[in-house]
Amino acid sequence: MTLLPKALLLVAALGLAACNNPDRYGAGGTGADGMNGAGSGIDTMGLGDPNDPQSIAYFNQSVGDRVLFAVDQSTLSPEGRGILAGQAQWLQTNSDYAIIIEGHADEQGTREYNLALGARRAAAVQDFLISQGVAPSRMRTISYGKERPIEVCSEEACYSRNRRAVTVLSMGAGA
Amino acid sequence: MTLLRTLAAALALGLLAPVLPAAAQPLRIVIDEGVIEPLPFAVPDFIAENGGAEEYARDIARVVASDLAGTGLFREIPAEAHISRVTSFDAPVAYNDWQAINAQALITGAVQASGDRIVVKFRLFDVYSGQQMGEGLQFAGTPQSWRRMAHKVADAAYSRITGEGGYFDSRVVFVAESGPKNQRQKRLGVMDYDGANVQYLTDSSSIVLAPRFSPTGDRILFTSYTSGFPAIYLMDVGSLQTRSLGEQPGTMTFAPRFSPDGNTVVFSLEQGGNSDIYTLDIASGQLSQLTNAPSIETAPSFSPDGSQIVFESDRSGNQQIYVMGAGGGEARRISNGKGRYGTPVWSPRGDMIAFTKQNEGRFHIGVMLTNGEEERLLTASFLDEGPTWAPNGRVIMFTRESAGAGGQSGLFSVDISGRNLRQITTEGAASDPAWSPLLP
Repeated sequence: MTLLPKALLLVAALGLAACNNPDRYGAGGTGADGMNGAGSGIDTMGLGDPNDPQSIAYFNQSVGDRVLFAVDQSTLSPEGRGILAGQAQWLQTNSDYAIIIEGHADEQGTREYNLALGARRAAAVQDFLISQGVAPSRMRTISYGKERPIEVCSEEACYSRNRRAVTVLSMGAGA
Repeated sequence: MTLLRTLAAALALGLLAPVLPAAAQPLRIVIDEGVIEPLPFAVPDFIAENGGAEEYARDIARVVASDLAGTGLFREIPAEAHISRVTSFDAPVAYNDWQAINAQALITGAVQASGDRIVVKFRLFDVYSGQQMGEGLQFAGTPQSWRRMAHKVADAAYSRITGEGGYFDSRVVFVAESGPKNQRQKRLGVMDYDGANVQYLTDSSSIVLAPRFSPTGDRILFTSYTSGFPAIYLMDVGSLQTRSLGEQPGTMTFAPRFSPDGNTVVFSLEQGGNSDIYTLDIASGQLSQLTNAPSIETAPSFSPDGSQIVFESDRSGNQQIYVMGAGGGEARRISNGKGRYGTPVWSPRGDMIAFTKQNEGRFHIGVMLTNGEEERLLTASFLDEGPTWAPNGRVIMFTRESAGAGGQSGLFSVDISGRNLRQITTEGAASDPAWSPLLP
């Protein structure tokens, strides 16, 4: 019985240490343990008006925050390069944003391999953005492997949208 | 004991077929590639030797029966069919009565309970030869550990009858899952091999993946997104104290496993999109790079003698399995069939490698010899992956995930002949099992 409270304390401590946490899927407010106060890991940020061309909403919708990949590939398609060229241009104009590039895989693969594959995809995007003049110091990559699909069916229609790299913005590139 | 050797050989080949003996012949096992006829056994309720022991006496006998029947190698003859009643642990066995109901093996036992201690005794009999098999044994422990003592009785019986090591008194660390597929919550859990006595080791505030036990079962390696980025962690199972193993910004570390001496971690480190295999000396923190290729190198697993490492790489264009020396160097490919091969795990006996195979849209768990020969697929489904070996190297547990929007993961086990596929009962969805060694 003493094990669980210790685990919660430990995790609470880790949560505090991880405030600026890009693990936004898992972050905070899980509820089961009632940790909802400070340090619960919820980062709040206004997304702005999608009609404001400097907003994250504009970037996500109008510039396009993601590129898709073929099965088991990390090579950028011509369409993907077009989207990323647009991202690079926008990111240079809006230089206050920090950038995390998430690499994802579909569920057709083993867990470890998909983590490595997601990392390859994120790195392909990062390399392209660097080649287009985005400062490497603003960017980090993270792989979610097959852990965070956005589409849940087990068909190619879903898989094709899950094989993606997503450029996620937050304030604070100057740090 | 040629009987035992024959059975051991049968198990080694995965071809066990106990056959009902003609009356008055000793327990006999015949190798046969045909249908397995499980060996009939009886486990009457253990004798409660004092007040307060009744419940343990009954429950322990039930767990022993469940362990043995759960292997698929044994079949219990239910108590309703018993003619003879065992009234005292040391009373002579009425072999004729047990022969009459076709029980080939008989397990009797007794329990004493006193305060914070229970004592469990058992004997195993070969009914047809009219002899005790091995010495009677006694285990003592706390009342809370009654299931472990039951598992120890079953391990001893299994071991004496099959000639193999036992595996019932063991734990499994795994990932407990909840929530929908696109918002899966994951936390580490640990349970008995049969799903009982679950404890959770983390909450689900961060994704956790692929925990692995140390060779003595006292520590766990796993991958967690606690810092926001995936990295490997080391947890002490007793205290739950957890520390990062030298996370470096800009890299991802994953797929960790212990060396057989427990002093070294072998894992993948990704940098700039490229994953290679490294080792880390836990005490000194010294890092060594074992592979250096632009391809994906991951899922490393030591041979039990510590001299070699099996891993997967897509250097040939798709995932295949390779073996290299424990210090790195040239690797030889051992997987040769159609499809992709990943997540190799060396058997604790050293004789085989279990793997996940992906071919023509299906996933399989399989085993092969360490040189890649004699590949045998044990399962097939929409998604099977991540095999882990029972301590005796004769049973494999793995993750099976169902397809579609409501797809869920569960833990399954299968023996190395491909027989006896079973789902482990867990409270909710579960994945990434890793078996502990046999407990002391």
